[in-house]
Amino acid sequence: MDQVLNAMKLPTDRNIRYLLVILVGIFTIMAIASGDTFFSLANLQSMSSQMPLLGMLALAMAVCMLTGGINLSIIATTNACSLVMASILTISPDNGMVLLLALVAGLVTAIVIGLLNGALIAYVGVSPILATLGMMTLINGLNVLISGGSVISGFPESLLVLGNGSFFGVPMPLFLFIFFAIGLWGLLEHTSLGRTIYLMGSNEKATRFSGINTQKAVLYVYVISSILCWVAALIMMAKFNSAKAGYGESYLLIAILASVLGGINPDGGFGRIIGIGLALIVLQTLESGLNLLGVSSYLTMALWGGILILFIALQKRKA
Amino acid sequence: MSNEAFITLQRVSKHFGSVKALDGINLTFNKGEVHCLAGKNGCGKSTLFKVISGVHEPEKGAEIILGGKSFSRLNPQQSIEHGIQVIYQDLSLFPNLTVAENIAVQDHMAWTKGLVKQARLNTIAKAAMDKVGVVLPLTKRVEQLSIAECQLVAICRAMASDAKLVIMDEPTASLTRTEVNSLINVVADLKSKGVTVVFVSHKLDEVMEISDRITVIRDGRTIGTYPAEEMNSDELAFLMTGQRFEFSPLGEYQQQGEVKLEITNLTKKGQFNDINLQVRVGEIVAITGLLGSGRTELCLALFGMTQPDSGEIKVNGKPVKFRSNREAIAHGIGYVSEDRMSTGLVMEQTIQDNTTAAVLPRLKKSNGFLDHTKAKKLVKKLISSLSIKVADPMLPVTSLSGGNAQRISIAKWIAAEPDVLILDSPTVGVDVANKESIYQIAKDHAAKGMAIIMVSDEIPEVFYNSHRVVVMKDGRFSHDFHPASSSEQEIMEAVNA
Amino acid sequence: MPDQIRSHWGALVKRHEFYLAVLIGLIVIGLGMSSEDFFTLGNIFDMSVSSAILGIMACGLFVVLIAGGIDISFPATAAIAQYVMATYVLSIGGNFVIAFLIAAVVGIVLGLINAVLVYRLKVPAIIITISTLNLFFGLLIYFSNGEWLYGFPDWFMEGIELFTFIGSDGYDYGLSLPIITLVAVILFTSFLMSKTRLGRQIYAMGGNADAASRIGINLFGIHLFVYGYMGALAGIASVVQTQITQSVAPNSLMGFELTVLAAVVLGGTSMTGGKGTLMGVVLGVALLAIMKNGLTLLSVPSYWHTVVTGLIIVFSISMTALNEKKQALQGA
Repeated sequence: MDQVLNAMKLPTDRNIRYLLVILVGIFTIMAIASGDTFFSLANLQSMSSQMPLLGMLALAMAVCMLTGGINLSIIATTNACSLVMASILTISPDNGMVLLLALVAGLVTAIVIGLLNGALIAYVGVSPILATLGMMTLINGLNVLISGGSVISGFPESLLVLGNGSFFGVPMPLFLFIFFAIGLWGLLEHTSLGRTIYLMGSNEKATRFSGINTQKAVLYVYVISSILCWVAALIMMAKFNSAKAGYGESYLLIAILASVLGGINPDGGFGRIIGIGLALIVLQTLESGLNLLGVSSYLTMALWGGILILFIALQKRKA
Repeated sequence: MSNEAFITLQRVSKHFGSVKALDGINLTFNKGEVHCLAGKNGCGKSTLFKVISGVHEPEKGAEIILGGKSFSRLNPQQSIEHGIQVIYQDLSLFPNLTVAENIAVQDHMAWTKGLVKQARLNTIAKAAMDKVGVVLPLTKRVEQLSIAECQLVAICRAMASDAKLVIMDEPTASLTRTEVNSLINVVADLKSKGVTVVFVSHKLDEVMEISDRITVIRDGRTIGTYPAEEMNSDELAFLMTGQRFEFSPLGEYQQQGEVKLEITNLTKKGQFNDINLQVRVGEIVAITGLLGSGRTELCLALFGMTQPDSGEIKVNGKPVKFRSNREAIAHGIGYVSEDRMSTGLVMEQTIQDNTTAAVLPRLKKSNGFLDHTKAKKLVKKLISSLSIKVADPMLPVTSLSGGNAQRISIAKWIAAEPDVLILDSPTVGVDVANKESIYQIAKDHAAKGMAIIMVSDEIPEVFYNSHRVVVMKDGRFSHDFHPASSSEQEIMEAVNA
Repeated sequence: MPDQIRSHWGALVKRHEFYLAVLIGLIVIGLGMSSEDFFTLGNIFDMSVSSAILGIMACGLFVVLIAGGIDISFPATAAIAQYVMATYVLSIGGNFVIAFLIAAVVGIVLGLINAVLVYRLKVPAIIITISTLNLFFGLLIYFSNGEWLYGFPDWFMEGIELFTFIGSDGYDYGLSLPIITLVAVILFTSFLMSKTRLGRQIYAMGGNADAASRIGINLFGIHLFVYGYMGALAGIASVVQTQITQSVAPNSLMGFELTVLAAVVLGGTSMTGGKGTLMGVVLGVALLAIMKNGLTLLSVPSYWHTVVTGLIIVFSISMTALNEKKQALQGA
């Protein structure tokens, strides 16, 4: 097992092994219970187009958790970006310039939110839970204000292709997710910001003593998190062909779940993208599988809570 | 002092995984004696106290004889009931509670006494403060106090209960001479009341001044127990380290290079006052003095972590004002922290990342990405030139021994190629053999032209490894010695004066 | 004498609760001037009732935060307690004592589960309680099929009224069940945290858990207590909510956890443990309640409510953080 993983240059840590075992377990059960449907092309395509939205949100959460923080405002940020973009788009849906303007406006919204979060945490000194909680409340309020609480819909085909189209057979959303996941991995492994993130996550004071500007780094981290939310917003808009304040609220907890399941240490300093990728696959296949088996979605919700607890207990036992 | 035993430990061992923190400790503390435990950092004394206070359970086969009964282990409640009070080096205070509540905190464990009454807490606190002979602000929260005041709160807390055995772990570390004197009086007073005081310190002169008997601990083992009057500091040092070292002082400063760092009238209220210093190319200047004298505070100001109120700092002849440590580093100043575990190194991260932490911007390729090959080469070079024992640079720093970890902390700054390197307590928690090699690193780099400031409270360390020794006292430079023409004794007297 | 006054004043001004009280005072004056309905008895009573649930749960969360933990699973705990209690009352009947007892016991049991997981697994409590939130809530909806419960007996509908009187507007006023419960919970929590040994031990553990265990404080026991207490109060709050709305909807309390956390934190309680006062919590709850009430009275569209709440939260936590930073520099 280790040799196989080594050959693939995957980390051999315990976490990954557990996830792989769970995955194999799920596949086996599903093969027995509902093999044809589960492994059908339609289902695989459906799974691979649902997962990326959660995936982007998980990445947005994970990058903050690596620094020992957390970002409770990711859903609010995603909705804010989508509402801003939707409002502009619907002014003149078929105009290419307007589309561009909308995209830029969405990105700017994300960056502003990220800067506010980062500034509160790094310069004012508020704890991440509180800062992002406060921002979440504020942004949610603004979201309702902008949209009047109603749905904005009617997007041009050029945007919808992001949700429905495919790139060499790979659904666009999945493609986007893989692209940004690799990008984040590259950032973490191959840039000084990445090394800073890991160092800060374990010990912010010592990192600061080494002459690294940890405050600026926090700013960057939360801006990156928000930009990932912007991409999530694009995927969401394309899939639902609409934007609304309050979409996807249940995803917050699942994003945290995916991060921790994927090996991100909530205290900071440890965790790898590949772990998150695996965790997402596990969660998505579990959800699809349970769905196919006719299990109520609420039971699934309970199961996720239970699984996380079980997972943590297993990890601690072996240690 | 009687010869009646208060507590006896036999065959006490404690393992943490494969590390043997304690290996067959045998000792006795008698009633009403002042007993010193002598041992360097890492010898196992903290673990020993935790066994005595009931926090740790010793390995099977141990026996603790206390109050006429035999125990295989103690729990905190039993230990406290028998009158054992430990004042840990970290003081174990509650920063969010008031002084009165901290001193009287044991009262919170007395379930049968009913409700908590502020008046009673105050009474207990006042009585304890009277016993110790200090006055502290009862309503201030402990987090608002200075380290010295915190130490006094910890001592008062021990006195608040009916203590029969008080263990103090490095109690004088942050006290001024006057405060040390009062502490010695407190200890004498306790002794006259039949209380046993166990004292840990590596300041040998204090140790011998006030103890009746001394037990030496090395590598978790008891080497022996000796009457204090038959002991001298050389013998004690030999027993503590197991080695005799022949040292010779560095000699006078020869290079006569330009002045790298010049400090004029540097002042920061409450920390240091009117500091004047010049350090030249290749010169090693040591700053020594009691903890609390302002040494680390001065270092932090030189390193840009804090800003002085007045005075001037010149680097390479140019006046500078550092708004942050990043600016200090940019001007060629490096600082090896006194506490490597919390500010010097990120212990859980890799050796590789730690070593390159101060020079990440220099390791970038033209496209902005990190040049891993260059980084790995740099780390390899440093590991070999500083003779660090590293199995794999991708392992976390926790996999290294104290001495090797400290060298990584130094390597990080050597990588930055500073003009002025400040070493703050560079050999704390490092065994003697490694100490020597760290001194050699400093001397080698000085010979190559680095200006070095070494801060330490170990007099032999500064005496044998610097060109000049400056004594700091209460925020001021009080004396200036050249080791080549003075003695350790002179410096020690100046520090303790 | 003047020196004493000056030093007391100096200490007062440094405290978070002072600023909060001033802020509330300003808002109250402002609202009183801009809306004639604000200072009416009816309005004040309405505010108290609608903030009762928030207040009761805030007391519970306060205790957990002081101990150094956190719990966001309590809305689910409340929902389950509510369901069990309602099922019993609807089928067997009883009285308020039984209702509160059942709800509290259910809450305690769920709280104990949290305590054991947090203590044994040694993973941040936020993660554990996010999991139990999902677990409890999912199971509740699954087993209850999301059914609403209603049709409560008369005694339940009437609640408890003490000291009734007729106000100048002709309506009946009195201390109703929500208000009585709220006041009782506040008084008890205040008593617990400042006058009992257990309460002081909770503060100690929150301030320095290591030191606490060294003097013999039973950390596990305290965990069991604080999470159990939170659960009990969640249960009690759920009974109050049922009595107000006369129905049980399983997902009515979802999303409430962050509002409660906001109220507690607005009051100056620290997320890291050991610091905070119940007075601060009461002020925090009061601020949120008054704000909501004020916005309604001023006919501010509901769209703005969350925005204003969010702004106040961000402002308040910034002030606390800056204040703490300043104090740290001064003390050092």
